Amino acid sequence: MESNIELERALMLRLAAATLVALSLGAFAANEPEFNVAIEGHKFAPDRIEVPAGKKVKLIVENKDATPEEFESAQLKVEKVIPGKSKATIFVGPLKAGEYKFVGEYNEKTAKGVVVAK
Amino acid sequence: MFGTALIVFREVLEAALIVGIVAAATRGIAGRSRFILGGLALGIVGSLVVAGGAEAISKLAQGMGQELFNASILGIAVVMLAWHNIWMSVHGRELAANAKKVGGDIRAGAKTLSVLLVVIAVAVLREGSETVLFLYGVALSGDSSARAMMAGGAAGLAGGVAVGWLLFAGLLRIPIRWFFAATSFLVLLLAAGMASQAARFLIQANVLPSLASPVWDTSELVANSSMAGKVLQGLMGYDATPAGMQIAFFVIVLVAIWIGMLWAGRRATPGASATPATTTT
Repeated sequence: MESNIELERALMLRLAAATLVALSLGAFAANEPEFNVAIEGHKFAPDRIEVPAGKKVKLIVENKDATPEEFESAQLKVEKVIPGKSKATIFVGPLKAGEYKFVGEYNEKTAKGVVVAK
Repeated sequence: MFGTALIVFREVLEAALIVGIVAAATRGIAGRSRFILGGLALGIVGSLVVAGGAEAISKLAQGMGQELFNASILGIAVVMLAWHNIWMSVHGRELAANAKKVGGDIRAGAKTLSVLLVVIAVAVLREGSETVLFLYGVALSGDSSARAMMAGGAAGLAGGVAVGWLLFAGLLRIPIRWFFAATSFLVLLLAAGMASQAARFLIQANVLPSLASPVWDTSELVANSSMAGKVLQGLMGYDATPAGMQIAFFVIVLVAIWIGMLWAGRRATPGASATPATTTT
Protein backbone atom coordinates (compact mmCIF):
# COMPACT_ATOMS: atom_id res chain seq x y z
CA MET A 1 0.00 0.00 0.00
CA GLU A 2 2.77 2.46 0.96
CA SER A 3 4.48 2.12 -2.40
CA ASN A 4 1.14 2.60 -4.15
CA ILE A 5 0.58 5.90 -2.44
CA GLU A 6 4.06 7.09 -3.36
CA LEU A 7 3.53 5.94 -6.90
CA GLU A 8 0.25 7.85 -7.09
CA ARG A 9 1.90 10.98 -5.76
CA ALA A 10 4.75 10.78 -8.27
CA LEU A 11 2.31 10.25 -11.12
CA MET A 12 0.15 13.17 -10.06
CA LEU A 13 3.17 15.49 -9.92
CA ARG A 14 4.39 14.37 -13.32
CA LEU A 15 0.97 14.90 -14.91
CA ALA A 16 0.60 18.32 -13.30
CA ALA A 17 4.05 19.37 -14.51
CA ALA A 18 3.26 18.28 -18.06
CA THR A 19 0.07 20.37 -18.06
CA LEU A 20 1.87 23.43 -16.78
CA VAL A 21 4.51 23.16 -19.48
CA ALA A 22 1.82 22.82 -22.13
CA LEU A 23 -0.02 25.89 -20.84
CA SER A 24 3.00 28.12 -20.36
CA LEU A 25 3.95 28.07 -24.04
CA GLY A 26 3.80 31.73 -24.91
CA ALA A 27 1.49 33.26 -27.50
CA PHE A 28 2.90 33.58 -31.00
CA ALA A 29 3.62 37.01 -32.43
CA ALA A 30 0.38 38.49 -33.72
CA ASN A 31 0.52 39.82 -37.24
CA GLU A 32 -2.89 38.90 -38.58
CA PRO A 33 -5.20 41.08 -40.65
CA GLU A 34 -7.97 42.56 -38.49
CA PHE A 35 -11.70 42.76 -39.11
CA ASN A 36 -14.17 44.70 -36.99
CA VAL A 37 -17.65 43.53 -36.10
CA ALA A 38 -20.13 45.16 -33.75
CA ILE A 39 -23.00 43.69 -31.79
CA GLU A 40 -25.85 46.15 -31.37
CA GLY A 41 -29.47 45.41 -30.55
CA HIS A 42 -28.54 41.69 -30.52
CA LYS A 43 -27.47 41.87 -34.17
CA PHE A 44 -24.10 41.70 -35.87
CA ALA A 45 -22.98 44.64 -38.00
CA PRO A 46 -21.77 43.79 -40.55
CA ASP A 47 -23.31 40.35 -40.61
CA ARG A 48 -21.17 39.31 -43.56
CA ILE A 49 -17.40 39.48 -43.14
CA GLU A 50 -15.10 38.76 -46.05
CA VAL A 51 -11.66 37.48 -45.09
CA PRO A 52 -8.75 36.07 -47.07
CA ALA A 53 -8.66 32.27 -47.29
CA GLY A 54 -5.62 30.32 -46.11
CA LYS A 55 -4.61 32.90 -43.53
CA LYS A 56 -5.17 33.33 -39.83
CA VAL A 57 -7.25 36.45 -39.23
CA LYS A 58 -8.29 38.45 -36.21
CA LEU A 59 -11.91 39.43 -35.55
CA ILE A 60 -12.38 42.35 -33.19
CA VAL A 61 -15.92 42.01 -31.89
CA GLU A 62 -17.35 44.95 -30.00
CA ASN A 63 -20.44 44.28 -27.94
CA LYS A 64 -22.25 47.61 -27.71
CA ASP A 65 -25.20 46.07 -25.87
CA ALA A 66 -25.41 46.08 -22.08
CA THR A 67 -26.01 42.32 -22.02
CA PRO A 68 -23.33 39.66 -22.47
CA GLU A 69 -23.23 37.66 -25.70
CA GLU A 70 -21.56 34.40 -26.64
CA PHE A 71 -19.93 34.45 -30.06
CA GLU A 72 -20.23 30.87 -31.20
CA SER A 73 -19.48 28.95 -34.35
CA ALA A 74 -18.85 25.24 -34.64
CA GLN A 75 -17.66 25.82 -38.21
CA LEU A 76 -15.15 28.49 -37.18
CA LYS A 77 -14.35 26.54 -33.97
CA VAL A 78 -14.99 29.57 -31.80
CA GLU A 79 -16.77 29.88 -28.48
CA LYS A 80 -16.29 33.11 -26.60
CA VAL A 81 -18.34 35.09 -24.14
CA ILE A 82 -18.23 38.84 -24.71
CA PRO A 83 -19.43 40.81 -21.68
CA GLY A 84 -21.70 43.81 -22.24
CA LYS A 85 -20.03 47.04 -23.40
CA SER A 86 -16.70 45.41 -24.19
CA LYS A 87 -14.45 44.30 -27.01
CA ALA A 88 -13.09 40.83 -27.68
CA THR A 89 -10.41 39.52 -29.99
CA ILE A 90 -11.08 36.25 -31.75
CA PHE A 91 -8.56 34.39 -33.90
CA VAL A 92 -9.99 32.30 -36.71
CA GLY A 93 -8.52 30.20 -39.46
CA PRO A 94 -6.57 29.65 -41.59
CA LEU A 95 -9.83 28.94 -43.44
CA LYS A 96 -10.43 27.18 -46.73
CA ALA A 97 -12.50 29.20 -49.19
CA GLY A 98 -16.16 28.99 -48.23
CA GLU A 99 -18.87 30.29 -45.92
CA TYR A 100 -18.78 29.90 -42.17
CA LYS A 101 -21.83 30.73 -40.10
CA PHE A 102 -21.68 32.18 -36.62
CA VAL A 103 -24.30 33.17 -34.05
CA GLY A 104 -24.66 35.05 -30.83
CA GLU A 105 -25.77 32.08 -28.78
CA TYR A 106 -27.65 34.11 -26.21
CA ASN A 107 -29.80 35.73 -28.90
CA GLU A 108 -29.75 33.15 -31.64
CA LYS A 109 -32.90 34.41 -33.39
CA THR A 110 -31.47 37.80 -34.28
CA ALA A 111 -27.72 37.55 -33.87
CA LYS A 112 -26.53 35.72 -36.98
CA GLY A 113 -23.70 36.25 -39.37
CA VAL A 114 -21.36 34.64 -41.82
CA VAL A 115 -17.63 34.76 -42.46
CA VAL A 116 -16.80 34.41 -46.15
CA ALA A 117 -13.28 33.21 -46.89
CA LYS A 118 -12.07 33.99 -50.42
CA MET B 1 -39.48 30.29 -23.41
CA PHE B 2 -38.73 27.12 -25.34
CA GLY B 3 -35.66 28.74 -26.84
CA THR B 4 -34.37 29.61 -23.39
CA ALA B 5 -35.00 26.08 -22.15
CA LEU B 6 -33.02 24.70 -25.08
CA ILE B 7 -30.03 27.01 -24.57
CA VAL B 8 -29.82 26.26 -20.85
CA PHE B 9 -30.29 22.54 -21.54
CA ARG B 10 -27.38 22.56 -23.99
CA GLU B 11 -25.12 24.36 -21.53
CA VAL B 12 -26.05 22.09 -18.63
CA LEU B 13 -25.89 18.86 -20.65
CA GLU B 14 -22.11 18.62 -20.87
CA ALA B 15 -21.61 19.11 -17.14
CA ALA B 16 -24.48 16.69 -16.39
CA LEU B 17 -22.87 13.93 -18.48
CA ILE B 18 -19.56 14.41 -16.68
CA VAL B 19 -21.21 14.34 -13.26
CA GLY B 20 -23.20 11.24 -14.25
CA ILE B 21 -20.08 9.33 -15.25
CA VAL B 22 -18.06 10.45 -12.24
CA ALA B 23 -20.88 9.60 -9.84
CA ALA B 24 -21.07 6.10 -11.32
CA ALA B 25 -17.28 5.66 -11.37
CA THR B 26 -17.10 6.18 -7.60
CA ARG B 27 -19.54 3.36 -6.88
CA GLY B 28 -18.68 1.51 -3.70
CA ILE B 29 -16.31 4.13 -2.30
CA ALA B 30 -17.35 5.17 1.19
CA GLY B 31 -18.70 8.70 1.58
CA ARG B 32 -18.94 9.47 -2.12
CA SER B 33 -22.28 11.32 -2.05
CA ARG B 34 -20.84 13.93 0.29
CA PHE B 35 -18.02 14.56 -2.18
CA ILE B 36 -20.30 14.64 -5.22
CA LEU B 37 -22.65 17.12 -3.56
CA GLY B 38 -19.66 19.12 -2.37
CA GLY B 39 -18.34 19.28 -5.95
CA LEU B 40 -21.72 20.41 -7.24
CA ALA B 41 -22.02 23.09 -4.55
CA LEU B 42 -18.50 24.39 -5.18
CA GLY B 43 -19.20 24.40 -8.92
CA ILE B 44 -22.39 26.41 -8.53
CA VAL B 45 -20.74 28.97 -6.27
CA GLY B 46 -17.80 29.02 -8.70
CA SER B 47 -20.18 29.68 -11.62
CA LEU B 48 -21.50 32.79 -9.93
CA VAL B 49 -17.98 34.00 -9.12
CA VAL B 50 -16.70 33.35 -12.65
CA ALA B 51 -19.77 34.94 -14.24
CA GLY B 52 -19.29 37.98 -11.99
CA GLY B 53 -15.64 38.18 -12.94
CA ALA B 54 -16.19 37.43 -16.64
CA GLU B 55 -15.12 40.88 -17.69
CA ALA B 56 -11.94 40.78 -15.62
CA ILE B 57 -11.07 37.29 -16.90
CA SER B 58 -11.65 38.37 -20.52
CA LYS B 59 -9.15 41.19 -20.16
CA LEU B 60 -6.33 38.97 -18.90
CA ALA B 61 -3.51 37.84 -21.20
CA GLN B 62 -4.15 40.48 -23.87
CA GLY B 63 -7.81 39.57 -24.18
CA MET B 64 -7.13 35.84 -24.29
CA GLY B 65 -7.89 35.29 -20.59
CA GLN B 66 -11.11 33.44 -21.24
CA GLU B 67 -9.50 30.93 -23.61
CA LEU B 68 -6.57 30.32 -21.27
CA PHE B 69 -8.94 30.02 -18.31
CA ASN B 70 -11.06 27.42 -20.12
CA ALA B 71 -7.99 25.52 -21.29
CA SER B 72 -6.54 25.49 -17.76
CA ILE B 73 -9.82 24.30 -16.26
CA LEU B 74 -9.99 21.51 -18.82
CA GLY B 75 -6.30 20.70 -18.22
CA ILE B 76 -6.93 20.35 -14.48
CA ALA B 77 -9.87 18.04 -15.13
CA VAL B 78 -7.77 15.90 -17.51
CA VAL B 79 -5.04 15.46 -14.87
CA MET B 80 -7.59 14.55 -12.21
CA LEU B 81 -9.39 12.05 -14.43
CA ALA B 82 -6.06 10.50 -15.43
CA TRP B 83 -5.12 10.14 -11.79
CA HIS B 84 -8.47 8.56 -10.98
CA ASN B 85 -8.22 6.01 -13.78
CA ILE B 86 -4.69 5.00 -12.82
CA TRP B 87 -5.81 4.69 -9.20
CA MET B 88 -8.75 2.58 -10.37
CA SER B 89 -6.50 0.17 -12.23
CA VAL B 90 -4.92 -0.57 -8.85
CA HIS B 91 -8.05 -0.57 -6.66
CA GLY B 92 -10.89 -1.38 -9.08
CA ARG B 93 -10.79 -5.09 -8.39
CA GLU B 94 -10.97 -4.61 -4.61
CA LEU B 95 -13.92 -2.28 -5.10
CA ALA B 96 -15.72 -4.75 -7.35
CA ALA B 97 -15.08 -7.50 -4.80
CA ASN B 98 -16.33 -5.36 -1.90
CA ALA B 99 -19.05 -3.50 -3.76
CA LYS B 100 -21.70 -4.65 -1.32
CA LYS B 101 -19.60 -3.72 1.69
CA VAL B 102 -18.09 -0.34 2.35
CA GLY B 103 -15.10 0.48 0.15
CA GLY B 104 -11.95 -1.16 1.50
CA ASP B 105 -9.26 1.45 1.87
CA ILE B 106 -11.09 4.49 3.16
CA ARG B 107 -8.07 6.78 3.22
CA ALA B 108 -7.15 6.02 -0.37
CA GLY B 109 -10.83 6.26 -1.30
CA ALA B 110 -11.09 9.77 0.14
CA LYS B 111 -8.20 10.79 -2.07
CA THR B 112 -9.77 9.75 -5.34
CA LEU B 113 -13.04 11.26 -4.16
CA SER B 114 -11.41 14.64 -3.61
CA VAL B 115 -9.83 14.38 -7.05
CA LEU B 116 -13.24 13.76 -8.59
CA LEU B 117 -14.79 16.52 -6.47
CA VAL B 118 -12.48 18.87 -8.35
CA VAL B 119 -13.57 17.41 -11.71
CA ILE B 120 -17.25 17.91 -10.86
CA ALA B 121 -16.63 21.41 -9.53
CA VAL B 122 -14.75 22.59 -12.63
CA ALA B 123 -17.21 20.97 -15.03
CA VAL B 124 -20.14 22.69 -13.34
CA LEU B 125 -18.22 25.95 -13.03
CA ARG B 126 -17.34 26.08 -16.74
CA GLU B 127 -20.79 25.38 -18.14
CA GLY B 128 -22.60 26.99 -15.21
CA SER B 129 -20.90 30.36 -15.59
CA GLU B 130 -22.09 30.56 -19.21
CA THR B 131 -25.61 29.72 -18.11
CA VAL B 132 -25.49 32.37 -15.40
CA LEU B 133 -24.30 35.00 -17.91
CA PHE B 134 -27.06 34.06 -20.33
CA LEU B 135 -29.78 34.26 -17.69
CA TYR B 136 -28.29 37.50 -16.38
CA GLY B 137 -28.63 38.94 -19.88
CA VAL B 138 -32.24 37.78 -20.03
CA ALA B 139 -33.03 39.33 -16.66
CA LEU B 140 -31.25 42.55 -17.61
CA SER B 141 -33.11 42.97 -20.89
CA GLY B 142 -36.22 43.83 -18.83
CA ASP B 143 -38.22 42.06 -21.50
CA SER B 144 -41.88 41.47 -20.63
CA SER B 145 -41.24 37.82 -21.39
CA ALA B 146 -38.31 37.69 -18.96
CA ARG B 147 -40.29 35.73 -16.40
CA ALA B 148 -41.34 33.11 -18.95
CA MET B 149 -37.73 32.87 -20.08
CA MET B 150 -36.57 32.28 -16.51
CA ALA B 151 -39.12 29.48 -16.26
CA GLY B 152 -37.67 28.13 -19.50
CA GLY B 153 -34.23 28.28 -17.95
CA ALA B 154 -35.42 26.23 -14.99
CA ALA B 155 -36.96 23.67 -17.35
CA GLY B 156 -33.72 23.45 -19.32
CA LEU B 157 -31.74 22.96 -16.12
CA ALA B 158 -34.11 20.21 -14.99
CA GLY B 159 -33.82 18.52 -18.39
CA GLY B 160 -30.01 18.56 -18.28
CA VAL B 161 -29.95 17.16 -14.75
CA ALA B 162 -32.42 14.44 -15.81
CA VAL B 163 -30.11 13.32 -18.64
CA GLY B 164 -27.13 13.15 -16.26
CA TRP B 165 -29.23 11.13 -13.83
CA LEU B 166 -30.37 8.74 -16.59
CA LEU B 167 -26.77 8.14 -17.64
CA PHE B 168 -25.83 7.49 -14.00
CA ALA B 169 -28.75 5.11 -13.42
CA GLY B 170 -28.09 3.36 -16.72
CA LEU B 171 -24.43 2.81 -15.90
CA LEU B 172 -25.35 1.31 -12.52
CA ARG B 173 -27.21 -1.46 -14.33
CA ILE B 174 -23.98 -2.75 -15.83
CA PRO B 175 -23.05 -5.99 -14.02
CA ILE B 176 -20.39 -5.41 -11.39
CA ARG B 177 -17.89 -7.66 -13.18
CA TRP B 178 -17.66 -5.25 -16.12
CA PHE B 179 -18.74 -2.15 -14.27
CA PHE B 180 -15.37 -0.57 -13.47
CA ALA B 181 -13.95 -1.52 -16.86
CA ALA B 182 -16.90 0.34 -18.42
CA THR B 183 -16.60 3.44 -16.24
CA SER B 184 -12.81 3.53 -16.67
CA PHE B 185 -13.31 3.43 -20.43
CA LEU B 186 -15.81 6.31 -20.25
CA VAL B 187 -13.49 8.33 -17.99
CA LEU B 188 -10.63 7.68 -20.43
CA LEU B 189 -12.69 9.02 -23.36
CA LEU B 190 -13.86 11.94 -21.22
CA ALA B 191 -10.27 12.91 -20.38
CA ALA B 192 -9.05 12.60 -23.97
CA GLY B 193 -12.07 14.61 -25.19
CA MET B 194 -11.40 17.35 -22.66
CA ALA B 195 -7.77 17.50 -23.78
CA SER B 196 -8.94 17.98 -27.35
CA GLN B 197 -11.29 20.79 -26.25
CA ALA B 198 -8.44 22.41 -24.34
CA ALA B 199 -6.42 22.30 -27.57
CA ARG B 200 -9.28 24.05 -29.37
CA PHE B 201 -9.21 26.90 -26.84
CA LEU B 202 -5.42 27.19 -27.12
CA ILE B 203 -5.75 27.39 -30.92
CA GLN B 204 -8.48 30.01 -30.52
CA ALA B 205 -6.14 31.98 -28.26
CA ASN B 206 -3.43 31.70 -30.91
CA VAL B 207 -1.14 29.92 -28.46
CA LEU B 208 -0.98 26.74 -30.51
CA PRO B 209 -1.05 26.26 -34.29
CA SER B 210 -3.99 24.24 -35.60
CA LEU B 211 -1.82 21.82 -37.67
CA ALA B 212 -4.21 21.58 -40.61
CA SER B 213 -7.86 22.32 -40.00
CA PRO B 214 -10.18 20.64 -40.53
CA VAL B 215 -8.54 17.24 -40.88
CA TRP B 216 -11.95 15.80 -41.75
CA ASP B 217 -15.52 17.03 -41.87
CA THR B 218 -18.31 14.83 -40.51
CA SER B 219 -20.80 17.66 -39.98
CA GLU B 220 -23.06 16.13 -42.64
CA LEU B 221 -23.19 12.98 -40.53
CA VAL B 222 -23.37 14.44 -37.00
CA ALA B 223 -23.26 18.22 -36.74
CA ASN B 224 -21.88 19.73 -33.54
CA SER B 225 -25.02 21.85 -33.22
CA SER B 226 -27.27 18.74 -33.22
CA MET B 227 -28.31 17.01 -29.99
CA ALA B 228 -26.30 13.89 -30.86
CA GLY B 229 -23.31 16.12 -31.57
CA LYS B 230 -23.68 17.83 -28.21
CA VAL B 231 -23.89 14.53 -26.35
CA LEU B 232 -20.84 13.14 -28.18
CA GLN B 233 -19.01 16.38 -27.48
CA GLY B 234 -19.77 16.03 -23.80
CA LEU B 235 -18.72 12.39 -23.69
CA MET B 236 -15.57 12.46 -25.81
CA GLY B 237 -14.98 15.98 -27.11
CA TYR B 238 -16.55 15.19 -30.50
CA ASP B 239 -15.79 17.81 -33.11
CA ALA B 240 -17.16 17.43 -36.64
CA THR B 241 -14.26 19.44 -38.06
CA PRO B 242 -11.27 18.74 -35.83
CA ALA B 243 -7.92 20.47 -36.16
CA GLY B 244 -4.79 18.31 -36.30
CA MET B 245 -3.71 19.66 -32.92
CA GLN B 246 -6.97 18.52 -31.32
CA ILE B 247 -6.52 15.01 -32.67
CA ALA B 248 -2.92 14.98 -31.42
CA PHE B 249 -4.04 16.04 -27.91
CA PHE B 250 -6.80 13.42 -27.92
CA VAL B 251 -4.53 10.57 -28.97
CA ILE B 252 -1.60 11.52 -26.75
CA VAL B 253 -3.73 11.83 -23.61
CA LEU B 254 -5.63 8.63 -24.41
CA VAL B 255 -2.44 6.63 -24.91
CA ALA B 256 -0.62 8.21 -21.95
CA ILE B 257 -3.42 7.42 -19.49
CA TRP B 258 -3.81 3.94 -20.89
CA ILE B 259 -0.11 3.20 -20.50
CA GLY B 260 -0.29 4.62 -16.97
CA MET B 261 -3.19 2.30 -16.16
CA LEU B 262 -1.43 -0.79 -17.53
CA TRP B 263 1.80 0.11 -15.76
CA ALA B 264 0.17 0.81 -12.39
CA GLY B 265 -2.01 -2.28 -12.69
CA ARG B 266 1.00 -4.48 -13.38
CA ARG B 267 3.09 -2.99 -10.58
CA ALA B 268 0.26 -3.44 -8.13
CA THR B 269 -0.45 -7.10 -8.89
CA PRO B 270 2.70 -8.78 -7.48
CA GLY B 271 2.75 -6.54 -4.40
CA ALA B 272 -0.96 -7.07 -3.69
CA SER B 273 -0.09 -9.12 -0.65
CA ALA B 274 -1.38 -6.28 1.54
CA THR B 275 -4.89 -7.19 0.47
CA PRO B 276 -6.15 -10.69 1.21
CA ALA B 277 -6.49 -13.26 -1.54
CA THR B 278 -9.82 -11.85 -2.72
CA THR B 279 -8.04 -10.51 -5.78
CA THR B 280 -7.47 -13.36 -8.17
CA THR B 281 -5.47 -12.89 -11.31
